Amino acid sequence: MIYIQLFTSFFKIGLFGFGGGYAMLSLIRDEVVDKHQWVNSAEFTDIVAISQMTPGPIAINSATYIGYTATGGVLGSVVATVAVSLPPIIIMLLVCKFFFKFRNNNKYIDYVFSGLKPAVTGLIAAAAILLVNSDTFIDYKSITLFIAAFIAGYKFKADPILLIVLAGVAGFILY
Amino acid sequence: MRIYFQLFYSFFKIGAFTIGGGYAMIPLIEREVVDRKKWIDKDEFAEMLAMAQAAPGPIAINTAVFVGYKLYRWKGSIFSTLGAILPSFVIILLIAMFFSNIIRTNEVIERIFKGIRPVVVALIAIPAFNMLVKAGLKFKPLAITIVAVLLICLLKVSPVWVIIAAGLVGLFGGIYEDKHSKK
Repeated sequence: MIYIQLFTSFFKIGLFGFGGGYAMLSLIRDEVVDKHQWVNSAEFTDIVAISQMTPGPIAINSATYIGYTATGGVLGSVVATVAVSLPPIIIMLLVCKFFFKFRNNNKYIDYVFSGLKPAVTGLIAAAAILLVNSDTFIDYKSITLFIAAFIAGYKFKADPILLIVLAGVAGFILY
Repeated sequence: MRIYFQLFYSFFKIGAFTIGGGYAMIPLIEREVVDRKKWIDKDEFAEMLAMAQAAPGPIAINTAVFVGYKLYRWKGSIFSTLGAILPSFVIILLIAMFFSNIIRTNEVIERIFKGIRPVVVALIAIPAFNMLVKAGLKFKPLAITIVAVLLICLLKVSPVWVIIAAGLVGLFGGIYEDKHSKK
């Protein structure tokens, strides 16, 4: 049953989605590209590009998009979006309930996060590395665009949306 | 009912105007809930951010739940979260419905996306690189990062296991160091 698969996949993504947006990409990719093949690697890259240009978190965007394309209907979007939102909602509600107890920093929680933090860096790096393939890098022009965007974003803190728009214009002219 | 609608509306605005998501949303959320509505103060906002980042899931949802809960308990959370999610849901649904099949077949759009794809990789690589530089050359965190990358990319281990393992390594590593520093 595809709706149950969609629900469990996106529930898992919501439950283990530590580190926000980019870190969740590794999780999303693992579920939707590798495990269930709802989209291929190139489509996944396009979804990431679209979610950069549209409002809202990547997790929600990809759930809505893949929910629709995997089932061909709005219900799929609703199921996937609800599934990815439920775990953070439940967890945050519990955290809020115990907010004042949690306030005094618990050292064991700190320890857990001392391990999670560098892992999140790894998750983001893995998401980038796994996107390096023949769909994203087709020739030397792609490599040039990658290097230019990396320098503009890293050194000059260029706005991601602006970079995507410029990349689209460059693609239109170059290809 | 009006107060619930206000919560919904504020987070609807936040959801509708924060392109890119994640950290880009933080200044907008602060302006709306701290400066304009005064639902929470600056200190609470900082504490809320720490929690929203520590908990799994998108920061936008986590902060919506927090602010909604603070004002009107779980009922408030429902309205604020719905507001935060709805704009991106509607926009992406429209794109998926009308755009997903022309991306691959329309020649012009395909050209545009040929330019965009490598830049998306750069956009993801930048925060990873930033975090790596910020963490510095300390052995334990660097080792965890490298092992995580290798497990996911080469051995195709599910990121879920990587997260669970990293949390356990942090926990038991900390307890172990505690014991040894006391002796």
